[in-house]
Amino acid sequence: MKQLPLVAGPFIHKGNTVQKTMLLVILALVPATAYGIYLFGLPALYLFATTIAACVLIEMACLKLAGKKVKPFIFDGSAVLTGWLLAMTLPPWAPWWIGVVGAILAIAIGKHVFGGLGQNLFNPAMVARVALLISFPVEMTKFTHPTPLFSEKSPDAAAATDVTFGQASTIDGVSSASTLGHIKTEVSLGHSAQDLIANGFDLITQSLGNVPGSLGETSAISILIGGLFLLAMRVISWHIPLSMIVGVGLFAQIFHTIDPSKYAGADVHILGGATLLGAFFIATDLVTSPVSKTAQIIFGFAIGVLVYIIRTWGGYPEGMAFAVLLMNAVTPLLDRYIKPRVYGRDRKGTPLEFGEKKS
Amino acid sequence: MKLFRIRGGVHPKENKHLTEDKPISPLPLFFYYHIPLQQHIGAPAEPEVVVGDRVLKGQLIASARGMISANIHAPTSGTITAIGPYIAPHASGLQGRTITLEADGKDEWAELPAPMDWQNAKPVEISKRVRECGVVGMGGATFPSSVKLNLGGRYELDTLVLNGSECEPYLTCDDRLMQEQADEVIEGILIMAKSLGVGKAYIGIEKNKPDAIEKMTEAAKEYPGITVVALPTRYPMGSEKHLVQTLTGKETPARGLTADIGVVVHNVATAKAVYDAVSKGVPLIERIVTVSGRAIKTPRNLKVLVGTIIEDLIDFCGGYTEPPQQILSGGPMMGQPIRSTSIPLVKGANGVLALNEEDIKQDDQMPCIRCASCVAACPCGLVPLEMSAHIRADDLEGAVKLGLQDCISCGSCSYTCPSRIPLVQTFNYAKGKLTETQRTQHRQEETKRLAEARTIRMEKEAKAKREAMMRKKAAMAAKRKKSAS
Repeated sequence: MKQLPLVAGPFIHKGNTVQKTMLLVILALVPATAYGIYLFGLPALYLFATTIAACVLIEMACLKLAGKKVKPFIFDGSAVLTGWLLAMTLPPWAPWWIGVVGAILAIAIGKHVFGGLGQNLFNPAMVARVALLISFPVEMTKFTHPTPLFSEKSPDAAAATDVTFGQASTIDGVSSASTLGHIKTEVSLGHSAQDLIANGFDLITQSLGNVPGSLGETSAISILIGGLFLLAMRVISWHIPLSMIVGVGLFAQIFHTIDPSKYAGADVHILGGATLLGAFFIATDLVTSPVSKTAQIIFGFAIGVLVYIIRTWGGYPEGMAFAVLLMNAVTPLLDRYIKPRVYGRDRKGTPLEFGEKKS
Repeated sequence: MKLFRIRGGVHPKENKHLTEDKPISPLPLFFYYHIPLQQHIGAPAEPEVVVGDRVLKGQLIASARGMISANIHAPTSGTITAIGPYIAPHASGLQGRTITLEADGKDEWAELPAPMDWQNAKPVEISKRVRECGVVGMGGATFPSSVKLNLGGRYELDTLVLNGSECEPYLTCDDRLMQEQADEVIEGILIMAKSLGVGKAYIGIEKNKPDAIEKMTEAAKEYPGITVVALPTRYPMGSEKHLVQTLTGKETPARGLTADIGVVVHNVATAKAVYDAVSKGVPLIERIVTVSGRAIKTPRNLKVLVGTIIEDLIDFCGGYTEPPQQILSGGPMMGQPIRSTSIPLVKGANGVLALNEEDIKQDDQMPCIRCASCVAACPCGLVPLEMSAHIRADDLEGAVKLGLQDCISCGSCSYTCPSRIPLVQTFNYAKGKLTETQRTQHRQEETKRLAEARTIRMEKEAKAKREAMMRKKAAMAAKRKKSAS
């Protein structure tokens, strides 16, 4: 964009750009991603690369179609970030076309239909994730046991190519359920959540992430490292992540106290599934979250509560994507009604009172 | 002393190291001085001289027109060679009425008013002297100081706040002034406090100026009413409403003045100018200016006569190291871009900056990503991204409802915007547009009112005429009757 000469200041700048902001988020995702790829082997890497490449290509195509300049937008990093986040929420051994279809849903429908960068109402990665989950329930819920790179079970290049780009049926037998999925199924069959957790849920394993689950969601610690980095770099503030974690944790703990045999506790809900990834990287998406701090706290807390409700009483074991999308829809409303107090005015916008003038 | 937290703000790179240890140096005399008649907020001054007049240094050459206006004095002795349009120190680059003075090199003083015994003077006498000497707010706002020193009559005042925060990056002129002329500044403060009738004065100085804090504390030692306060370094600490809140915890009501809550704010350089005017009878004809920026060869602080052209200042500082990307009058956050270096330096100009690429860090504009950095940075609690969106959609009313008129144009939002959206520019455009609309509306209403008044008057006149005629007729008839009988 050609800049007109400014006649109003400021004439200096902090030096931050959209590109740098996106790069920082990507950097923060590196630990969790590296761990996910290590844990699930080459198929995860292939899927990850395919998803991001597809997102970038579709972004280019959309920009061309919209008649916008391609270069500044392709290098802003937003398409890479969307693809990256989407890949992290996919089952690591999902076939390549899941990534590609997801990219189309995220970039073309989730973002460019609304007008491109900054204009989308919903988090593009979550639009894709939900649409994929509803359209391809089998592929989207087939989780594998961890098969760390360099271990015996880890598929070699040929086998991995077959997993990602070949016939999915050949890799039957390794599929498994994620922690939350497992608990949900068993509880619905009448088993006690308490026993299940006592037998299968180990806090340390769960924190490290050596469990079946989505590509980048399993390791609470590596996500937390990234999240804290984002907080330290002031890309995000604590308001959304904390209120969301409190929302999930509080509700989980209340119901767990009421009936421990039916409801898993706060630890399971916070460390399991997509809670932390959602809290630090998805709900905090700048474009689709509210702008004022009070609204952000409400937004985060509501997502937390919705996540818990969907997980516990809804049809799916994981409710992060649904909860985020629902609250994205409320964001304009929150922004409209919850604003910071203007200097010299009360909450309603009336000027403050002051002493009388001398007569 | 307990300080109060203000909302938002940013921490721009200070870049004060370029000039903060450079003592104030005087300038040699130049050949020509261009003295604009509009150097202050309010009506331009009216010339008191004609072309060809010889004037002496400090002589009144243009006088204030109306309450909100200021006198202007000759910066040096010489001959008036022109009174007419000359490029004005304004972003538009348009011309304004200017007196041109050819210096004779003698720098001969006119007869000045006698020093005042201000301790025994009435407040009105002090503000009258300040008005005579053409003192205006020297922090950049250039509001006639005498008006602000007169507020004691109309408001219940208790505190005088001296703004020595100098929160704009690069600028160090107030810093140097406080370091080098602390005693004069303190006396100026005492005079101001006397004029306002207040017993308490705070001098707010940001912590990044430890030497100034030390010197001022030392100079203020024997006056228990004056407290030097070290302020956190955060832009816009120098915004008067925010400064007052930091010091007193009191928030100025929207659309109101700090005087409404009993506080009057003056700049430290204004205190020095008041000292000169009252204690020495010297009118405001010179000021301290920081010439800085990475495109300036030797950045420094200069004592400059009003009317000196900016090019002379830059040349005196060794010229440029590279072609500057931007030349400014004032600080980089709220200063004005200069179109030509031929413009004269005016009373309110605290800095001349020539910035290079490294200073301005320009980048291409991108769409808003709603990151809310601007919301966090706004010291006034506004939502800049929404106001900007409304203005871009030509919905000025919507922007006003969101608080456009509460924006102080401090630039914190634009400074921090990753998408490089020129938010302040957008807001200033909208404010200008609104003023224009209001003015047109006012004019139309006035025209209508006058037209209606005229109609009523004409009708009344016609009626009165008719009645007079009737009376006359009746009288005539009665007379005739009388004479007939």
